[in-house]
Amino acid sequence: MENEKLSLPNYNIPEDMQDVVAITTLDRLYNWGRRSSVWPLMFGLACCAIEMIAAQTARYDMARFGMEVMRPTPRQADMMLVSGTVTKKMLPVIVRLYNQMPEPKYVVAMGACASGGGPFKEGYNVVAGIDKFLPVDIYIPGCPPTPQALIAGMIKLQEKIDKESLKKVRWYNKEKKDGNYVPMPILGPDLIDVRRNAEYKQAAAKTTEESA
Amino acid sequence: MYGLGILKGLSVTWKRYWDTYIDDISWAMSGKKRYQSEEGIKHRSSKNTKGIFTIQYPEEQLITPEEFRFVPFLVYDELADGTKNIRCTSCGICAKVCPPQCIWIVRSNDPVTGKPVPVPANYYIDIDICMNCGFCAEYCPFDAIKMDHDFNIASTERSVYNLEKLLKPASYYAEIRPQNYAIEEEARKAKEAAKAAKAAAPKPA
Amino acid sequence: MATAIETQTVDLAARFPGIVSADSRPGYAGFMIPKENLVEVATALRDELGYDLLTSLTGVDYIAENKMEVVYHAYKTTGGAGIVFKVQVERVDPMEIPSLTHLWHGVEFQEREVWDLFGIKFANHPDLRRILMWEGFDGHPLRKDWREPFFEEEVKPYKSRWPEGKHTFAEDKNIFHDNLKFPKDFDPEKYVVDKEEDLYASLERYTLKDEAGKMKTDHIVVNLGPHHPSTHGVLRVAVTLDGETVIGLKPVMGYLHRNHEKIGERNTYLQIIPYTDRLDYFNSMSNNFGYVTTVEKLLKIQVAERAEYIRVIMAELSRIQNHLIFVGMLINDLGSMYTPSLYAFEERELILDIFEAVSGSRMMCNYYRFGGVVRDVSDDILQKIKDLVFDRLPAKTDEMERFLNENEILVGRLKGTHVLSAEEAINYSVTGPVLRAAGVPYDLRRADPYSIYDRFDFDVAVRQNGDMMDNYLIRFDEIRQSIRILEQAVKGIPQGPINSQKPNYQIKAPAGEAYGRIESPKGELGFYMVSNGKGNPYRYHVRAPSFVNLTAIEKMCTGTKIQDFVALVAMLDIVMGELDR
Repeated sequence: MENEKLSLPNYNIPEDMQDVVAITTLDRLYNWGRRSSVWPLMFGLACCAIEMIAAQTARYDMARFGMEVMRPTPRQADMMLVSGTVTKKMLPVIVRLYNQMPEPKYVVAMGACASGGGPFKEGYNVVAGIDKFLPVDIYIPGCPPTPQALIAGMIKLQEKIDKESLKKVRWYNKEKKDGNYVPMPILGPDLIDVRRNAEYKQAAAKTTEESA
Repeated sequence: MYGLGILKGLSVTWKRYWDTYIDDISWAMSGKKRYQSEEGIKHRSSKNTKGIFTIQYPEEQLITPEEFRFVPFLVYDELADGTKNIRCTSCGICAKVCPPQCIWIVRSNDPVTGKPVPVPANYYIDIDICMNCGFCAEYCPFDAIKMDHDFNIASTERSVYNLEKLLKPASYYAEIRPQNYAIEEEARKAKEAAKAAKAAAPKPA
Repeated sequence: MATAIETQTVDLAARFPGIVSADSRPGYAGFMIPKENLVEVATALRDELGYDLLTSLTGVDYIAENKMEVVYHAYKTTGGAGIVFKVQVERVDPMEIPSLTHLWHGVEFQEREVWDLFGIKFANHPDLRRILMWEGFDGHPLRKDWREPFFEEEVKPYKSRWPEGKHTFAEDKNIFHDNLKFPKDFDPEKYVVDKEEDLYASLERYTLKDEAGKMKTDHIVVNLGPHHPSTHGVLRVAVTLDGETVIGLKPVMGYLHRNHEKIGERNTYLQIIPYTDRLDYFNSMSNNFGYVTTVEKLLKIQVAERAEYIRVIMAELSRIQNHLIFVGMLINDLGSMYTPSLYAFEERELILDIFEAVSGSRMMCNYYRFGGVVRDVSDDILQKIKDLVFDRLPAKTDEMERFLNENEILVGRLKGTHVLSAEEAINYSVTGPVLRAAGVPYDLRRADPYSIYDRFDFDVAVRQNGDMMDNYLIRFDEIRQSIRILEQAVKGIPQGPINSQKPNYQIKAPAGEAYGRIESPKGELGFYMVSNGKGNPYRYHVRAPSFVNLTAIEKMCTGTKIQDFVALVAMLDIVMGELDR
């Protein structure tokens, strides 16, 4: 596995990652600790949640990856597994949960809906991908991804954690102190992302009034 | 007596607990591999399974049934001279039948005459919209688009697959779906034979 | 196959001459009632004619005729054909028709849904608020002239996909660069956010009056969910508590409202099938079954004989795995984490293996087609099914019962809590196992047989007390009956074609309406479809059992302890995909 290779002295850092990644012994220890106990937030949205539960049961047993402790409270969770369609009505809740999670935190978009809207993208109450609001680390395609596909995605997340460096991770970055805080969206005539208020106002002035 | 029902229930968990070891030991005694062997995985997915039920992905993997579908891919035939013959004729049936409308096809035109040519200039599937329903493969009249078995495609960014990314050789298709491939090849040969026979037959005057 | 609508027995028009008229539009059935006489006629239907179960209520927007219509489907719990009646109003805001909540409590949420999505008001409704969308949302989405932000064309297939199908993100076409739509000159900074005062006001009617000699205690309002480990997804419930006792309760839903019906009306008939998989995502086979049965009624086509058997086999396997998961989840919610649900999931995995082998997907099977099924069941898969049906499942059901049924803690928690009487259950339009546990032997497989269920020998599982224990035990009874049906089906399955139709992706249905319903593991799953003769349904409505069964939760919970509420949510066996659609 990737992690074992990392401890070899001549481990090749991929070219595109070379200026981003610095692997030191401390990083390796830190990453090992992080990757081996990623506790997911117990959080089911839709169909994918059932496959997420199935991945926790005896046949697939995510406990083998240190991911069996599903925490219902965000304050004890490391990873948000967005398992299903994110609706506009639900989004403020999700954002609040994310803000309450302690750092370091990871977001995994499970399934087509969480990644990019999925088959319900055209719906009026559907957010076309959770990445519009939260920084997503891993996208797992599939509708729904089978438990094995989910575990494959989790292994990808572990690989990503392996390449992290204490110096570069976003939560220890002093300049972007509030970089991980996402302001709560508001439910108005439609979903209002308060970061984009000015943009909405400008565009709304241009809309032609449709017959109601 | 109060508590008897709980004890009765616990006898079930007690039995299940020992099942794990009994099954393991009986497999070890008969010299068969219960773990990380096809035989063992088959046993653990059969009606006789008892004891440890876990399939330890990624070290071992469930046996994928032939009809399993994940995201679609496009099939091309490898010709003797090494060129790729894309089966897709860009007829557009898959794009019409697709329920979430996640298939985009650019039909190519002949540069001289401007008439459409039966090859797609480009072909996009938005993987993060695709619902893996398999309609495109089901209704394709040219066996050009099929559903993949490879589910290990998680990535760090949103994915839209283009023609290049979607193309996979017919040999790969034959490997993942041997029965379907054999049936389709037979039908194709029969059709070609009928066509040849028709061409060879003397035309009625 | 005789449809319920065609075999209408009561002539309402003759009973109410000059008031009620038969619906004479071609392809339609039922009766038109003026809105002034609705309550009078409905009371007579319920009390004199015996149509005690009003299962479905929905709206249709006939924009061309400038009319809005509300369609009711009523049935008798003794079985047999139902009756359809409709009320039309001019399509001019404000539209209002009388509410039937005082006759049938079960219509409460359905009327709220029609208000939310169509904008038809119901006079004298006790709590008319939006239900799926939030208060303050702009417009009524299921009206035909309301367009979603990512609107492309009225119906699929969209022209931009082929032959010049350059990939573009839908966001790029929208003026707000997202799935958004705001009224002209909207200023987000000035918008006043809804504080859900209506919701909390609706709870106030439960506030106990001060009685002499009683200590006055403060009531607190607690919001359970939408993120809560035991609400089975994203259900939210606002509860008023007096200590630990629930004195008022309002479910808030719509957190998984995925616009199934709006998308369905854009889709072609075929394209809806995979979407129905995602309604009740535990039982995609049953959902497919209900949908194709309805469209087959509309198309008036026969189903291939072998396919009928395959359909029944898959639907019953689906029921077994649903009930097993129900038991596992119920025990999980009662606090016995994991062990029983892990045992249940083991059997479920073996059943899902069969689904995966025949259909290609574990959960989203997309297996039924109009006139049959998509793929034949090969002999070795049939052998696998036989192995499960004859050997494993009966033994494992016994084991599960031995494991749990006599457990004193479980019995103590379940016996005598949340009693729902037969009359109340019928009045709240509750269907499925919950109704049968209350002592009403109403199972659509017997009461209004569809497919080939009339050929099988099985009993309708019924229990008498209507408490949680009976609700729990009836699931095991149903598993046993399903195994009985499966035994007969796998023995009797004939050889032959698996589809009576040729593969066709451009199906056109003749103009008319159809209401098809099946006994899904959760209750009566109904589909109401209106066709205008084109390739896409004009109106597509899902009567979801989870949604209607939830109406009774308020009644069942008031006066009980908050900790039992969690068990009740598990007991109603709701699935958010179907509840919110």
